[in-house]
Amino acid sequence: MTGRIAELRGEAEAAIAAAATSAELEELRVRYLGRKAELPNILRGIAALAPEQRGPTGKAANQARQALEALIGQRAEQLAGGELEEQLQRDVVDVTLPGAPPQPVGHLHLLTATRREIEDVFLGLGFRIAEGPEVETVYYNFDALNFDVTHPTRGRADTFYVNDDVVLRTHTSPMQLRAMEAEPPPLYIIVPGRVYRRDSDATHTPQFHQIEGLAVDEDVTLADLKGTLLAFARAIFGRDREVRLRPHFFPFTEPSIEVDVSCFMAHVPGERCRVCKDTGWIEILGAGMVDPNVFGYVAEYGYDPERIQGFAFGMGIERIAMLRHGVPDLRLLYDNDARFLEQFG
Amino acid sequence: MRVPVEWLREYCAPDLPAAELATRLAMTGTEVDRVEHHGVRELDHFVVGHVLSAEQHPDADRLKVCVVDVGGGEQAQIVCGAPNVAAGQLVAVGRPGAVMPDGTKLGRAKLRGVASAGMILAEDELAIGPDHSETLVLSDDGLQPGDPLAAVLPISTDVLELEITPNRPDCLGVYGVAREAHAATGARLRAAPWEDDPGSLDRDDIGVEIAVEATDLCPRFTARAFHDVRIGPSPPWLKARLMAAGQRPINNVVDITNYVMLLSGQPMHAFDLDRIEGRRLVVRRAADGEQVVTLDEQTRIADADVCLIADAAGPTSIAGVMGGNRSEVQDDTTSVLMEAASWDAPNIHSTSLKLGLRSEASGRFEKGLAPEQALDGQALATKLMLELTGARLVPGTVDVGGAGADSYARSVIRLRDAQVVGLLGVAITRSQSALHLQRLGFETAERPDGLDVNVPSWRRNDVTREADLVEEVARLHGVNDQLPATLPRRRGAIGVLAPAQRLRRRAEDVLVGRGLREIVGWSFESPTRDDRLRLAADDPRRAHVVIENPMSEDAANMRSTLLGSLLDVARHNAARGQGVPAIFESGRVYLAGSATLPHEHHALGVLVPGDIFAAKGYLEALLRALRVTSSFAAASQPFLHPGRSAAVRIGSRPAQAVGWVGDVHPLVTREWDLEAIAAFEIDLDAVVAAARVVPEYEDLTSFPELREDIAIVVDETVPAAAVLDAVRAAGGRLLARAEVFDVYRGEQIATGRTSLAIALTFRARERTLTDEDVAPVRAKIVERLREQFGGELRG
Ligand SMILES: [Zn+2]
Repeated sequence: MTGRIAELRGEAEAAIAAAATSAELEELRVRYLGRKAELPNILRGIAALAPEQRGPTGKAANQARQALEALIGQRAEQLAGGELEEQLQRDVVDVTLPGAPPQPVGHLHLLTATRREIEDVFLGLGFRIAEGPEVETVYYNFDALNFDVTHPTRGRADTFYVNDDVVLRTHTSPMQLRAMEAEPPPLYIIVPGRVYRRDSDATHTPQFHQIEGLAVDEDVTLADLKGTLLAFARAIFGRDREVRLRPHFFPFTEPSIEVDVSCFMAHVPGERCRVCKDTGWIEILGAGMVDPNVFGYVAEYGYDPERIQGFAFGMGIERIAMLRHGVPDLRLLYDNDARFLEQFG
Repeated sequence: MRVPVEWLREYCAPDLPAAELATRLAMTGTEVDRVEHHGVRELDHFVVGHVLSAEQHPDADRLKVCVVDVGGGEQAQIVCGAPNVAAGQLVAVGRPGAVMPDGTKLGRAKLRGVASAGMILAEDELAIGPDHSETLVLSDDGLQPGDPLAAVLPISTDVLELEITPNRPDCLGVYGVAREAHAATGARLRAAPWEDDPGSLDRDDIGVEIAVEATDLCPRFTARAFHDVRIGPSPPWLKARLMAAGQRPINNVVDITNYVMLLSGQPMHAFDLDRIEGRRLVVRRAADGEQVVTLDEQTRIADADVCLIADAAGPTSIAGVMGGNRSEVQDDTTSVLMEAASWDAPNIHSTSLKLGLRSEASGRFEKGLAPEQALDGQALATKLMLELTGARLVPGTVDVGGAGADSYARSVIRLRDAQVVGLLGVAITRSQSALHLQRLGFETAERPDGLDVNVPSWRRNDVTREADLVEEVARLHGVNDQLPATLPRRRGAIGVLAPAQRLRRRAEDVLVGRGLREIVGWSFESPTRDDRLRLAADDPRRAHVVIENPMSEDAANMRSTLLGSLLDVARHNAARGQGVPAIFESGRVYLAGSATLPHEHHALGVLVPGDIFAAKGYLEALLRALRVTSSFAAASQPFLHPGRSAAVRIGSRPAQAVGWVGDVHPLVTREWDLEAIAAFEIDLDAVVAAARVVPEYEDLTSFPELREDIAIVVDETVPAAAVLDAVRAAGGRLLARAEVFDVYRGEQIATGRTSLAIALTFRARERTLTDEDVAPVRAKIVERLREQFGGELRG
């Protein structure tokens, strides 16, 4: 009997090794280990054998069965691996086709994207963001910002009036005063927002957006203003940028400066630079040290001009966005043509 | 302000090309818009010529063939069209190669068959005068043929186009700019051209009486009289300077007033003395409605705030703004009264605005000129009148008001060293400060802590405080080159977005992340838009902020909803074959109220192709992202489909209405040439205020949830929200969520009924729920729905 078992085992081992497919292997499993197969029958028939044969036969049959089961398992894994490999090789797609379904891509408007970027630079420099009303009193928009009564900007040719005392703010500067009234120094804020002037051409729209900055402390200097704006210019226009300060005049700062940033375009000899007109510098904003007269209007809130000082600056978001992205006409920003919008943000 | 460099150099001549001078001025605070060239180029080709003969052209009546000695033994044949050209004249000749002011280059040509080498020039061809009728005949001041023309006439100059800031009226004259050039470069400043006054101040009986009644509006009025004046053209050098400065020459007397103004900044006015009725001028306020005929022959109507100069026959001038035509200098004028006055700046400004009348004079007076300048102007004008018109000066000067007695005392300011360094953040020594200030015409005296600074008259209005002096020092010291770039110490300042600002960004990002495009619309809208949006007469959104002086009537209102902007953009794109893009705007809307300032809030509006559910999907995603609980109730808006619109509410106890959502009304879509769009708008300020900024932890993971779905059939008029409210009420503490995930109407259920598939999610905080736990709750829910709505369990 043990001879038959060894024979069966040998035959099965050879067949398993030769099996080429999982199906063939399954057939062999049924043939050698299935319910009607010989080896299990031997095992089931152990009890009918002579007592002295039961031990050796049972042992041999069990060993043979376990060995065959293990072999079939191993072979099954081998075959499955190969078959999966084959299947994967057949299962080929054109990976250059688009994703499905296509996911829509939204966009922030260029003005919002630019504004957020500038905001983030100043957040990093320790400024908070303050916001104020767009419809503003003449007091905050002009009077308390030290605008002379004859200053041309006050005129109805330049400024939108709601009535004699209320205007659409012409700049974000009124918020300087509102912020100082609300909170004592030290004060470090920027004020983004929509402003209005009666102007309309390729570089002026009657509404546009500004970001105001205000830093007030005991010892804030004009040199600090320069450093702050240099950091801003490098963050927005590139790390190699320089800034240039030119003296200027604004009613609410003294001294007042205009700030240029060095041109960020690659200059080609013989071709006129469209951005800086070959001057090497681009005007980006106005700034200065807060005029003591302005502090005079908020002295009771802790802004005694003999004890504190500060700087302020204001820039146009549209201008920065147009410069950076080469947008030639301001009005494109307000047409909101989808083909324009999807280029940015 | 146009400053011819040739003129500037008479008073200050830095050894710099015009472009570099412009940069130096710009870097010390005088903004230069651009540097232009005025006049001709290639100066070698412009020479003095001596006309040897001028013969009639054989084939052209109006042309003459001239032979001109152009120096160096050379004779040129030039065909000339001027009627006055004649043998013996010294003329201006442009030789072949000369470049004219308009850029054309002269060559050799044939005119009607006769060779012509260059041109005999008229003054307008050189851009040094307006006259084209005659050739320019040079006076024989020892000129030789071949002499360079540029040595005789200012035929070529660079011109600085300056942007003078409103605080610097002293720079509205060439000499004022020369002072700045001196300060900026250190080049020598010549004495002011008015320093040696040929007139006298010791008497005022000049034959005309001046009475200043409106002393508040006229701080100073000065006058001088001239007889034996011969009106005629100004000499070429003067005309040339006026032309380069952008002022058209008229006649010698008028040109003198303009020349003095352009050089000194002080506007002058010349009266024909014989046309002053009663030989008496009165400076007074106008009567209400009083009429004045100005030089431009317009009748102007004044009021009591307008200051006039009048004689016995009535007003002759609007003071400081424009003269009248009745007393102006004419060709037959022989006596002139020269006026130089100071006027109240704000009054000139308001008069100019009121009358819609601006002039070179009003533009200067409204910025506030120093009274001292009046006599400077008189001195300069007197010199020129004597020199150029043959006039005889009547001894004496009328001077009403004077320069102001206390001006000197008021204009000494202490400049502390510590303040200079403390404000600028750079070490500047006292002696450096003093040097900068002295160059600008300030006088300084040492004091223990700094300098006492005496402000010159021409800066008195501008420099009144220590901070103003710091600015003067800073701009000359060099705010650019000398200043370090440091950062503030920012004690206690933390740069962080406020929660509302962070959430507003989040709301926008939610929409962008779902494929929407942000637009930026106009705050302005047309008053007709309310009707187009079908707003009722009493709709609160008709309470617009209205602009008194809009750019145009169709931009007179401030928007009270974002919907109009969204529709405009949708239409813009649809009309260009872009379809209707899914868009949103995040911006302000404005509503007038009883307070001084209107109500403004930050709104968020979405417009998408599709129906209310398309819009609502975005809205719900947005509200969920902000962790704001919301509810919706059918409610109409005039611009929405009445059966497919809802009010958006947030929170509970009580819910707060924050906006609307729905299909846009077909009449509105038609008005904008659109179809099938839906929209929503919410008050984003209110929504972010209700958002949970710092959510508190809830244990949702220790024990699993148990989900069961039920389908319930109710009358189709029952809102899903009402069903869910009932479900939640019956579900008690174990019911974590209930959501409608499918709706069915059709054959399998009765008409007029609708089947809602509801997902029930159960959860207990402290254990895993079993079906036995949930079954009674579920039964309770079903029972409640049956009682409340006649709801039947389906399937
Ligand atoms: Zn460039």
